[in-house]
Amino acid sequence: MGSDCSSVVAEELHVLAVDDSLVDRKVIERLLKISSCKVTAVESGRRALQYLGLDGEKSSVGFDGLKVNLIMTDYSMPGMTGYELLKKIKSSSNLREIPVVIMSSEKVLARIDRCLEEGAQEFLVKPVNLSDVKRLRDIILQGYENDEDKGYQKRKLQDLSPTSSLARDLTPLKSASASASAQQSCLKRPRL
Amino acid sequence: MLGFGAERLRAYMNRLLALLFHQGVLDEQFLQLQQLQDESSPNFVSEVVNIYFHESEKLLRNLRGLLLDREFSDFKKMGSHLNQFMGSSSSIGAQRVRNVCVAFRAASEQSNRAGCMRALELLECEYCYLKNKLHELFQIEQQRILAAAVRYPPVQHPINNP
Repeated sequence: MGSDCSSVVAEELHVLAVDDSLVDRKVIERLLKISSCKVTAVESGRRALQYLGLDGEKSSVGFDGLKVNLIMTDYSMPGMTGYELLKKIKSSSNLREIPVVIMSSEKVLARIDRCLEEGAQEFLVKPVNLSDVKRLRDIILQGYENDEDKGYQKRKLQDLSPTSSLARDLTPLKSASASASAQQSCLKRPRL
Repeated sequence: MLGFGAERLRAYMNRLLALLFHQGVLDEQFLQLQQLQDESSPNFVSEVVNIYFHESEKLLRNLRGLLLDREFSDFKKMGSHLNQFMGSSSSIGAQRVRNVCVAFRAASEQSNRAGCMRALELLECEYCYLKNKLHELFQIEQQRILAAAVRYPPVQHPINNP
């Protein structure tokens, strides 16, 4: 989308997808592209933190300068699990406002509770489908619109300045409704 | 003539797909993958499935290697491979393969070596069947595309004989 587009809704979300399975990365990438999102797919929590600039390297903006609007991560990954990644992101002042969605092929209630308590936006049971992704995209975009309605400085999805004070000014994104919608989605679709 | 072939091939594909769904070999997730395929990504399904085949065969080799070790079978590692296999199988809609992985994992959690061996054999069997059928599906699809293309040659240009 053009950078001269003033409407937030017309811009594309940039999603960071984290999954150790190449099959799943391909699928989530396609789902996101079809839903008009920009995608960066990485294979591990470590790579995700590198991309986000949380591993001690200087920049807090990704390699190609695009701010991340949503993180979707698999739960079960070797090395760093999605849960551990979630914790690291939520304990970073720069990044804690980025919504994090956990995906898992197993619906373990204790796992779901743990993730939601740690601040996950949602817990999705795999396989993720197009309606899940579209719904997520709409929720996140709605969050940006709500911020505008509340009279915050108009913020573009892509703020290219490396030291964005806007990110720190804004309050956490809709935490109450995040958990409400999360409860809806994480308990849906009993597979098998 | 060839146009007629394209229609017959399409009907054959649909019957094959219906059979695979009926047998529970594939589930609705496979349909979801097909819906993600379009002109901008015309080979999406076969690309993903080929990655799946590549990964699965590695996992199967690893599982067999772990089980053949008579001295010590690393059941925990087996479980980890099986989780991966389960995940990718469910992502492409390979329902029966996934279900065998579930049973296999249960046996590994009980350190039941004999049960694991049986499950591995069944898994290899199911995987083999799936791979053969999907290859068949992709081949027919390729033929159908070719047949449909030849049926409608461009109007104003001379037809180049292959």
